[in-house]
Amino acid sequence: MATLGELERSIMELLWAADETLSAYDLQDELADRKLASTTILTVLSRLENKGFVTRSRDARPHRYRAAATREEHMADLMHEVLGGASDRTAVLERFVGQVSAEEAQTLRRLLGG
Amino acid sequence: MIAPLALAALAIALAWPVPVLLARARWPARSPAAALVLWQAIAIAGGLSMIGALLTFGLAPFGPDLLSASVNLLTGKVDRIEFWNALALSGAVLLTAHLLLNLVLTVVRSERQRRRHEQLVRLLSSPHGAPAGARLLDSPAPVAYCLPGALGSITVVSAGLVALLDEPEMRAVIEHERAHATQRHDIVLVLFRAWHASLPWFPIAFRAQREVGMLVEMLADDTARRSVPDSVLARAIVLVGAGQDRPVAEPVVAVEEGGGASVTELSSRLARLEVPPLSRPAETAAVAAAVALLAVPTALLAAPVLAALQ
Repeated sequence: MATLGELERSIMELLWAADETLSAYDLQDELADRKLASTTILTVLSRLENKGFVTRSRDARPHRYRAAATREEHMADLMHEVLGGASDRTAVLERFVGQVSAEEAQTLRRLLGG
Repeated sequence: MIAPLALAALAIALAWPVPVLLARARWPARSPAAALVLWQAIAIAGGLSMIGALLTFGLAPFGPDLLSASVNLLTGKVDRIEFWNALALSGAVLLTAHLLLNLVLTVVRSERQRRRHEQLVRLLSSPHGAPAGARLLDSPAPVAYCLPGALGSITVVSAGLVALLDEPEMRAVIEHERAHATQRHDIVLVLFRAWHASLPWFPIAFRAQREVGMLVEMLADDTARRSVPDSVLARAIVLVGAGQDRPVAEPVVAVEEGGGASVTELSSRLARLEVPPLSRPAETAAVAAAVALLAVPTALLAAPVLAALQ
């Protein structure tokens, strides 16, 4: 059985791929092979909404959901933190090799002999 | 009047000459664990003696030791307080509150950032195609990092890194990151970050934070060296370092100058692989020095109290 985290990821992938808003039942159909209860999907959606990854439109019933930002935007955000663009935010990570400037990388490449 | 003077002298020594000497010394690269213990002792003993000096000076007129003097002061047995004593006492209270508040703030802020980053990582990475125990991030920039956490740390590697390194090199990286997680380097780092945050104008605090950051990398390297030959680790460091300035696919990412590692840090990590570790007696001496640093201010503050209680 997939963990809640993996399920969140699958649902986000579907929302990112979708051109339009989706309801919990649309998602249930897409994930039919996993035989998920609609309540499980609603729980995951509300968790994602609390985290700010999903927005919900309450105009119609059933409620319709869409991704708050594209996958690329989130990835850019993450890589910005990882690559040290925001030095205060990177403080929580322990990188194998921290940021290196262009000239420094050149020096290292010379070390590699290429 | 000996205790306040001795504590003040110790506080000054630990605020400037001692950390400068330690930051310049060459031996820490040969024994990062002992050096890390020493840095923590300097930070804690420095804070303790600074607060202790103010406290013992401020309380001196009210009793022979800290405990009886505080009791006399707080129970109203004191008629008047001289200006200088009041100043020292307020200084002690404010400094203590400032240091503790910054520690709490830094821990809370780090935890919030960590949780947010973890949420993003869990959505954007998958265990598929990543080395065992790690998560794979679909990004061309060659990065590897450990996201520490009380309930389990996450090791993240990027697709760019998997493409760049061969299997033994990748094992070196994973073992290095796993060492950060199992040895809980994040706790040491957050303490020094808090120290720097409380004294932002104090160059030594910045230097200490940088040195400690480098020492935990060396400690993690040493763990990796138990699984792979030194040459493999060295190659992984150079390859990942050389790949760091490659343009990343996301144009939004603006990498600013002066962030993490510099080549001096990377070359120290490479150079130390050629040097034998510190001898056992020398390492013991460094740890003993750390214990002594903590014992002196503690004894100066506690001994009169204990003597009075007997």
